[in-house]
Amino acid sequence: MTENIIEVRDLVKHYPVTRGVVFKKTIGHVKAVDGVSFDLKAGETLGVVGESGCGKSTLARVLMNLEKPTAGQVLYKGQDISKLSGGALRRLRRQIQLVMQDPYTSLNPRMTVGDLIGEPFEIHPEAAPRGSRRGKVKELLDLVGLNPEHINRYPHQFSGGQRQRIGIARALALRPEVIVCDEPVSALDVSIQAQVMNLLEKLQAEFGLSYVFIAHDLSVVRHLSDRVAVMYLGKMVEVGTEDEIYERPTHPYTQALLSAVPVPDPTLRDNKAIIRLTGDVPSPVSPPSGCRFRTRCWKAQEVCAQEVPLLQIRRGSDHPSACHFAERREIVPTHEAA
Amino acid sequence: MSEQSVPGADGSGRPAGRLLEVDDLRVEFRTRDGVAKVINGVTYHVNAGETLAVLGESGSGKSVTAQTIMGILDTPPGFVTGGQVRFHGKDMLKMSAEQRRRIRGEGIAMIFQDSLSALNPVFTVGFQIAEQFRIRRGMSRADAKKRSIEMLDQVKIPNAKGRYSNYPHQFSGGMRQRAMIAMSLALDPEVLIADEPTTALDVTVQAQIMDLLGELQRERRMGMILITHDLGVVADVADRIAVMYAGRIVEEADVYELYAKPAHPYTLGLLNSIPRMDEKGQELRTIKGLPPNLMNIPPGCPFNPRCPMAQPVCREKVPPLLQIGSGRASACHFAEELVSRD
Amino acid sequence: MSDPSTASIVSTPPAHMPTEAGSGAPVDAGLPESAQKEQKPRSLLGDAWQDLRRKPLFWISAAFIVLFVVMAAVPFVFTSGDAVNGDLARSRVEPSSSAWFGYDVQGRDVFARTIYGARASIVVALLSTILTLLIGGAMGIIAGYRGGWVDALLSRIADIFFGLPFVLGSIVILTTFNGSGTDNGEWTIMGLVILSLTVLTWPVVMRLMRSSVLATKEADYIIAARAMGASTGRIILKHLLPNCLAPLLVYGTIMVGSFIGAEATLSFLGIGLKTPVVSWGIMISEAQNYIRVSPFLLFFPAAFLVTAVLSFVMLGEAVREALDPKLR
Repeated sequence: MTENIIEVRDLVKHYPVTRGVVFKKTIGHVKAVDGVSFDLKAGETLGVVGESGCGKSTLARVLMNLEKPTAGQVLYKGQDISKLSGGALRRLRRQIQLVMQDPYTSLNPRMTVGDLIGEPFEIHPEAAPRGSRRGKVKELLDLVGLNPEHINRYPHQFSGGQRQRIGIARALALRPEVIVCDEPVSALDVSIQAQVMNLLEKLQAEFGLSYVFIAHDLSVVRHLSDRVAVMYLGKMVEVGTEDEIYERPTHPYTQALLSAVPVPDPTLRDNKAIIRLTGDVPSPVSPPSGCRFRTRCWKAQEVCAQEVPLLQIRRGSDHPSACHFAERREIVPTHEAA
Repeated sequence: MSEQSVPGADGSGRPAGRLLEVDDLRVEFRTRDGVAKVINGVTYHVNAGETLAVLGESGSGKSVTAQTIMGILDTPPGFVTGGQVRFHGKDMLKMSAEQRRRIRGEGIAMIFQDSLSALNPVFTVGFQIAEQFRIRRGMSRADAKKRSIEMLDQVKIPNAKGRYSNYPHQFSGGMRQRAMIAMSLALDPEVLIADEPTTALDVTVQAQIMDLLGELQRERRMGMILITHDLGVVADVADRIAVMYAGRIVEEADVYELYAKPAHPYTLGLLNSIPRMDEKGQELRTIKGLPPNLMNIPPGCPFNPRCPMAQPVCREKVPPLLQIGSGRASACHFAEELVSRD
Repeated sequence: MSDPSTASIVSTPPAHMPTEAGSGAPVDAGLPESAQKEQKPRSLLGDAWQDLRRKPLFWISAAFIVLFVVMAAVPFVFTSGDAVNGDLARSRVEPSSSAWFGYDVQGRDVFARTIYGARASIVVALLSTILTLLIGGAMGIIAGYRGGWVDALLSRIADIFFGLPFVLGSIVILTTFNGSGTDNGEWTIMGLVILSLTVLTWPVVMRLMRSSVLATKEADYIIAARAMGASTGRIILKHLLPNCLAPLLVYGTIMVGSFIGAEATLSFLGIGLKTPVVSWGIMISEAQNYIRVSPFLLFFPAAFLVTAVLSFVMLGEAVREALDPKLR
């Protein structure tokens, strides 16, 4: 049994919606994350998928301790990270790192690559003695596939894919145990995206990293993840191994999501069972009662409006699903026996 | 330029029947740092009722080609340095501004990726659609409003009447994209250019929008140019595909043939490097390196520095886009070998 | 990903193509170094400098500014005349080859006075600018970065000062501390003028800085630095300040110009610098009674004043264009 590095328990993050400039009045809450629990095991990749507004980026911010949770806990090796401060918090920061989505805005344009990748050592001077830092930075550049000679260049002299490699090198500098990847490849071109995904896999194998891999692209998530969690409107609706989610999805939302992903094979055009959802995602300020997906669900019954379905293993399925009527259904078209 | 483009790959060879043709188009961007050759002899066409997908990564010139067709290229820095854009056989690049304006909207319309910035935030969505009817069709205020509501209804915006007087920011991303489709189709264009129409949208919404576009296209027998980088979307909706790289068409083929047997190493590389949802797969086979700097395109085949099949000839001679077999063309010196091997 | 706009083409780095097809080669193992000679690391400020170098406007205004600064520092190099003492016998003698700008009412050499006048104007303008930038900049950073009630409080204070009309405000301040009858020394008066200019203009700088900080604060790289555990001081000094400085730099340059004008205005009104201090404003003030009979008394200091103000404003304009990537 592998140990859990991160345990998230009933995590809630609400943002107040205020009106007025001087005298602020709270008129509601954006329920960005509303009761989410999961574990991250050492060395595994947990994929988190969902559409925009489902709360996956807020989840990343809370995991990084950039925002305090409204309720619930994020435990790193049993410690509640939102209660840490001072030295303990600094030690934690070394262990959990972040890779962001947009390689154009996530690097300070006024710093050279050497300063950018060296910054973690300046913030955490105990990680490497001063004299060795430049050498370490060069090593890191080499590790992520960039030319160590380019240490004095500025970010705008690199392409998007190369900048993302710089971001990864930065995240790797302190040899963390966990890297939270928030849409790390969605801003990149297809051919570059593949290079970065391969790099992430290589680094995981080399350093035994655990990834929380947040993305909206289901194909990318399947490729990299061991386990996958599907989010909808602040809640997790289904969690399972990569196989369980993609081959045997039981939640209607997961099924709809999977069926909507275009598969790069024109021969499957006409024999794909596509579930077309109607309407838009409701506002996270006033989500529907009961099951949040019921307003767009073709299976919705009376009970769905009254009772919040718990994320648990249900009859006919082998993994947790938050649907009163969870049912296996094959969605992903089987490819000519690849 | 030794490069010789072969017009069309569908074998018909009769340009007269073609709705919109781009012929050996060349565009460059003159900037402070030098001249970027963004489009270097692009040739493609689209017929009524047909969907041509123009596939390429950023910097391939796919959007600039569309902007040139629409006559919305920023000049400077962009300059057309050669070629023709023919609509019903007439070269649009030689037309007066007035003539081009008349084609825009009624002849050729365009929808954009970013619907939030493409719609004017200070006018209601309905007003922006109705405006076209009033200016271009000379309709009365009331008639224009009626037609606009019909259009909103056609793109399946629920409660079209009520939505008529909403502002763009009151729409969700998907709804805004529908509104933009309604706006671009208002004057019943013969060709619709869709530039990454679903890139900013979630998958479930993307599916809805692509369905809608397909449906409207069939109803109206429009020609559609779908510009995208998404190999999945292309496989779902395109009839023909033109793959662009460094301002050139490197391969053009029927959608089924292209996916089954790519005739250019770049296309092959792209297909290999996408993770597929229907298989877990091993390490992705990537295309190494980066797309070329458009100010300094390598001599010979622009793809040669990244190509696993590159030979000395690839560094010396620009491969022309030549027909191979029926109805498909490739700009690779070794296209025949690529297709015939298993 | 969207397609190329001009900007993305411009910023695309030159190709780093592996020349040898080796699968294990680093992605950007590049061309031989000789082929990359334009690839010298260039910061954004470096880019701006490249841009500035090509602008004649920049060189002209910079040349004037250098001239004025040298004039202020070592006026005796330019003239051997006496700027303070005159000979009444030469009162209002027209310009001639011996005295290029003529003599004023009290028979003092106008050329010498104009040269020596640069010092007071430039010193007052530069010091006020620096002080304004420091105070306004610091307040702006605090208000923008801390937000909440600190921001509300500082912004309201700034609004109060901002609400005071500039001329009225400085008249009130200067007549109180530097009214007729007071006998302040040269440096005290200069200090008072600097103070009143600073007190009345810092809110402008603060607002500029605050909005710039607010925009930058949410940038991804700031969030990345916070996630890394960077201290507040580090975030402000290393990440926030360098990225917020550009508009301040531009405004500061233009401000020097307008402060030269403001100093002259106050002197003209008789509440700023006073004789025996020499400044362009005082000269213009003294010349006003003789405009009809001896217009040259007004013309020379006014021409210098306008040139100095324009030079700084034009320099600011050139710097703004160079720093604004959208204009490229």
